[in-house]
Amino acid sequence: MRAFFEARPQPSRLAVWMAPVLATGATLVIGFIVFEAFDKNPLAAFYAFFIQPVATRYGVAELLLKATPLMLIATGLAIGYRANVWNIGAEGQLTLGAMAGGGLALLAGDDSWPAFVLLPAMFACGALAGMAWAAIPAWLRTRFNANEILTSLMLVYIATLLLSWLVHGPWRDPEGYNFPQSKLFSDNALLPNLLAETRLNVGLALALAIVALAWLFVRRHIVGFEMRVAGLAPAAANYAGISARRNVWLGMLAGGACAGLAGVGEAAGPIGQLLPSMSPGYGFAAIIVAFVGRLHPLGIVLASLLMSLLYLGGESAQMNLALPSAVTGLFQGTLLFFLLAADVFVNYRVRIARSAPRPAT
Amino acid sequence: MDTLTQLVLLSLAAGTPLVFAALGELVVEKSGVLNLGVEGMMLVGAVASFIVAARTQSPWLGVGAGALAAAMLAFVFAVIALTLRANQVATGLALSLFGVGLSAFVGRDFLSVVIEGITPIHIDRLTDIPVVGRLLFGHNPLVYASLVLFACVQWFLYGTRAGLVLRAVGEAPQSAHAIGYHVIAIRYAAVLFGGACAGLGGAFLAVAYTPSWVEGMTAGRGWIALAIVVFATWKPWRVLVGAYLFGSVTLAQFQAQAAGVAVASQLLAMLPYVATIVVLAIISRDATTIRLNAPASLGKAYHPE
Repeated sequence: MRAFFEARPQPSRLAVWMAPVLATGATLVIGFIVFEAFDKNPLAAFYAFFIQPVATRYGVAELLLKATPLMLIATGLAIGYRANVWNIGAEGQLTLGAMAGGGLALLAGDDSWPAFVLLPAMFACGALAGMAWAAIPAWLRTRFNANEILTSLMLVYIATLLLSWLVHGPWRDPEGYNFPQSKLFSDNALLPNLLAETRLNVGLALALAIVALAWLFVRRHIVGFEMRVAGLAPAAANYAGISARRNVWLGMLAGGACAGLAGVGEAAGPIGQLLPSMSPGYGFAAIIVAFVGRLHPLGIVLASLLMSLLYLGGESAQMNLALPSAVTGLFQGTLLFFLLAADVFVNYRVRIARSAPRPAT
Repeated sequence: MDTLTQLVLLSLAAGTPLVFAALGELVVEKSGVLNLGVEGMMLVGAVASFIVAARTQSPWLGVGAGALAAAMLAFVFAVIALTLRANQVATGLALSLFGVGLSAFVGRDFLSVVIEGITPIHIDRLTDIPVVGRLLFGHNPLVYASLVLFACVQWFLYGTRAGLVLRAVGEAPQSAHAIGYHVIAIRYAAVLFGGACAGLGGAFLAVAYTPSWVEGMTAGRGWIALAIVVFATWKPWRVLVGAYLFGSVTLAQFQAQAAGVAVASQLLAMLPYVATIVVLAIISRDATTIRLNAPASLGKAYHPE
């Protein structure tokens, strides 16, 4: 008896959508083992990790609040990933977005601009800044053939240092007891709440609107179609005259714009000022969201909720179980591993042959 | 001791983690596999070496543990990317994200632990020879180890039959398979070797260079190592040059501060990353050079049937 992979005549659509479910299940099993290894009652730990954070109205609002930047960034990244454009620097583009949007809020100062002017202007600045930061790897790729994976990642470190410099230096709040942070934004630069007595803001509506727009672009617009073709069959795309250069630019700029918007959403939303770090790794977690969501809008929304729950669960585990919150990163990585492993079933099926003749060597 | 000698000594030390990681990745890529998980493997190597060094009081045992732990992580990559044929780019990214999370998780109790690290050697009389004494006999033992590794990789790839087979697997896996070589097994071996090397690079940081454990202490060196392999156009001796070049750039920050240059530390700290981008653009500009030197099947999954 031996088992081997046999190529399927066609990719399995069932496997495409079952893989994330399978991966989530396998991650839970790993979670069980981790909790067991730390002498926590697994059932109580699962409750504290996955149920308790969303057992209240406030908790659900937090879930949606954290899912907002994740779905937004993943949507932008997915446009590029479909065309094999690997932007992994969304964390840096988010930072630049927060910096530009936040910079405008600080410039506007105390309530001199009405909110309906200031907030859209902040989002516009953030999107442009994110796009500008993403344009660097796009330009280096199209002009110099430089690998966008490495350049976009290097720009994350540069963006973080830039923000750190700003809040330690020129933009530091003079009355902030020397803490590295900017002044608090004025009320007009803060996003209106969506749900009373929670932190959920209109950023969620914006994110959902952009997810829908992106879906229309990918599914209904010829350029979106061409980008998908380029990702699935580069040679065919080339033959059909689809510009690889344009795909790189569009893919990078879409990711940059969405990450920039997410940065403004964080600055003008739950944070309300500029800090040395504007995100607990949303830009990287969004890569996982894009994959787990199968680069599909609906999948991305669901995956962003799952990933948001992992963030909340990590915080809850720290408070209630005395487990380090770094467990979140561990689960995120595990989830992506299992997903990639489960994806083998999309193109292959397992065949078990009874005492198959061994090929002569 | 004059400043120039000091600078050379420091640059070699700063470049050593990159030498380890980039040489390992070079062998991996020569076999046709692109493993973007170097950063994650370095971090896991760093944390494993630090924990074992702290627990056993033996930094050398720590170095071994670092290499082993990172190789185990590389094994996960190999299973998913080689056996299960997942996209190598995505799997490598997953490895880096996972390594960051895993190292932060297991290292949380060791953040302020102090250990006795591996210190530079001192041989009486030899090291005391003016100028050349320190340059020849004053490095950290792991710096010498990295040079031995370089010699071994160079000899293996270009002086042995096994090295020729590995390169053949990277250039034309179908042909290597046709003449009877087990492509997947050879790639497994290369990936594990690359993992162990990345682990050594991380271990050098944690038990010799700093010595301490800080979350994310590799600060992008794994990614810089990937860029160095491109910069080196897949040649071991150029990896060495690139690593020391980048090592000296990371030092420029401290040199400038010591010299009293009035620029914020954050802006100076950007230098290695800016340098990586600039160098990558300059080297990649000539697409033909890259195409001629890169292993032909780099990053492509291999299907035996």
